Amino acid sequence: MSEPATAPAVVVHDDGDEPVLRIDGRAIGDRIYRWMIAGFALCIPLLVGLVAIEIAVAGWPTLRKFGVGFLTSSTWDPVTGDFGAAPAIYGTLVSSAIALLIATPLAIGVSVFLSELAPARLRRPMAFLVDLLAAIPSVVYGLWGIFVLLPVLRSPVMPFLRDTLGLGATPFFTGPAYGPSMLAAGIILAIMVLPFIASVSREVLMAVPRAQREAALALGATRWEVIRIAVLPYARSGIIGGIILGLGRALGETMAVTMVIGNRHEISASLFAPGYTMASLIANEFSEASSDAHLSALMAVGFTLFVITIVVNAIARWLVWQVSRGASGRVV
Amino acid sequence: MNGRALLALALGAMAACGGDKREPSSTSGSATSAARAGSGTDLTGAGATFPYPIYSKWFADYAAQTGVKINYQSIGSGGGIRQLSEGTVDFGASDAPMSDAELAQAKGPVLHFPTVIGAVVITYNLPGITQPLKLTGDVVAEIYQGRITKWNDSRIAALNPGLTLPASDVLVVHRSDGSGTTYIFSDYLSSVSPGWAKAPGKGKELAWPVGIGAKGNEGVSGQVKQTPGAIGYVELAYAKQNNLPTAALKNVAGEFVTPSIASATKAAAGAAEKLPANTDYRISIVNAPGAGAYPIASFTWLLVYQQQRDAVKGEKLKRFLHWYLTEGEKSAATLDYAPLPDNMVTRLQARADSVRVSA
Repeated sequence: MSEPATAPAVVVHDDGDEPVLRIDGRAIGDRIYRWMIAGFALCIPLLVGLVAIEIAVAGWPTLRKFGVGFLTSSTWDPVTGDFGAAPAIYGTLVSSAIALLIATPLAIGVSVFLSELAPARLRRPMAFLVDLLAAIPSVVYGLWGIFVLLPVLRSPVMPFLRDTLGLGATPFFTGPAYGPSMLAAGIILAIMVLPFIASVSREVLMAVPRAQREAALALGATRWEVIRIAVLPYARSGIIGGIILGLGRALGETMAVTMVIGNRHEISASLFAPGYTMASLIANEFSEASSDAHLSALMAVGFTLFVITIVVNAIARWLVWQVSRGASGRVV
Repeated sequence: MNGRALLALALGAMAACGGDKREPSSTSGSATSAARAGSGTDLTGAGATFPYPIYSKWFADYAAQTGVKINYQSIGSGGGIRQLSEGTVDFGASDAPMSDAELAQAKGPVLHFPTVIGAVVITYNLPGITQPLKLTGDVVAEIYQGRITKWNDSRIAALNPGLTLPASDVLVVHRSDGSGTTYIFSDYLSSVSPGWAKAPGKGKELAWPVGIGAKGNEGVSGQVKQTPGAIGYVELAYAKQNNLPTAALKNVAGEFVTPSIASATKAAAGAAEKLPANTDYRISIVNAPGAGAYPIASFTWLLVYQQQRDAVKGEKLKRFLHWYLTEGEKSAATLDYAPLPDNMVTRLQARADSVRVSA
């Protein structure tokens, strides 16, 4: 890319045979095409900007009325018109964090297996199955959550974590095991983001040059060492990109989370306690919200979610940039 | 010249984007409904989801009998009221009557037409208990405020002398999504418990003192079915179709009444007898008087402007109002909705006549 751009194939003809078709050495068709594509591309930032402005304007009455209290208060009372989104913000961040904690190691394991270890005839069908997970509608995950995941969590998983493993001594695994909980939301999200991270990671790992692996092997590395020293570091920034994609999905996921999180406006350290997320709050209340104050509060939640998504993504991008700048781990 | 054409193209593309961004908002429905109205639809309405099954049956039957097509979008009561106020639909529908503030925002006087009666039942999961649990409104309010936390609480036991109640915790389950069912339930609790009326009060969404929120009737019943010791509330129709255990509630007359279509209609009949002649039908029938009346019942309403601006549509709407009051009510019970009591139907027909279609 650093080379000077090569001259276009079409040059100005001085003989005046076809002067109409050329301007500044380029065909008009090229210019039209260029402007058209630029217009389409500009649509995206324009769209994002308009959405942000529209939500901000609609949510402004609430943000002005409650100020910072909107972000810190735990009261959400549509009857009296008192709104605070702290539990929903907390729930969004915590459930996404749990999801990534569970999904990332699993997804990397899956992608390493598929790209490095799996027998060739297994790769395709297994990769297909992983991708299939991404195609399941979220409401189906939600129903599966209600009828399969929650009963399993209620017994034996939650009592096992709390009593048998003795994690009940920490504040994170206390309280009654009803099922709907932050933990359930995190697990559902983990399953939903897993295919995104696994798919991207697998593609990235497949793109690691053969020479990398061969160089490591030539140095006498075992298979495990090849993956650890030569392959994973090379693919690091791509894998983190996949994790960011998964994070974006987790932050915005609505239906499945709503069905298993318990929908309670409360911040609790225990993962067994019910919680709320911003996306589920909007999904739950938007259709029946009739007062202006209530609608505005939901829009303010939407705006907060918008801002948080951008901030979290910016941090993640910065991480990728930090990591790829180092670009260590290249054997050749 | 090309520059201009490109500019126009780009603007067109932007306009397309701009159109997309409004898609999730409720107002977009008006544009699509207006478009549909142009192609073979005679009337459009929007609103409540709870009566949607019976409304779609009515509109289908009505179209088959008269050829008049009615397009109904079940976008929720709040959306129905908003669209009616903006004048983008010919009629609205709501599970809760419009408030005075909402009426003031409308483009003229709005008439409330009760269509069918919905009842809300208390369902529970108590293994080994087969006969219906007996509860009073007071006890239900105490449970939902977190003041009764054990099933063998003396206040529950006193109502159920024959039953051995477990010593387990009560898990309260409520709706998480905004819902007419929650409105009816909280309206009832507000009417029987002064403490509840103060906070959390009544509404389609509440600041619940305790419990777990589940989405939809299916979410609540799923949670209750799976958790021994859970209690929840769902629509009568949903409970009937899924054979859920339901509690008998004490009514004003002092009887314990099990929820049914008949006992819900009785609640409306009891309330209708006491209606003043000039009622606007924005009435609550929870805790209704009368023998056999089930206490957690409510109308659901069609919302119609008294002064119709379009003479043709107004006349069609008026005819439909008469049709549902006579023909439609007959099929309500087939879909597990309670029909209006006879003493209300004649009065509502007179009210349908009061809709004006002339300028």
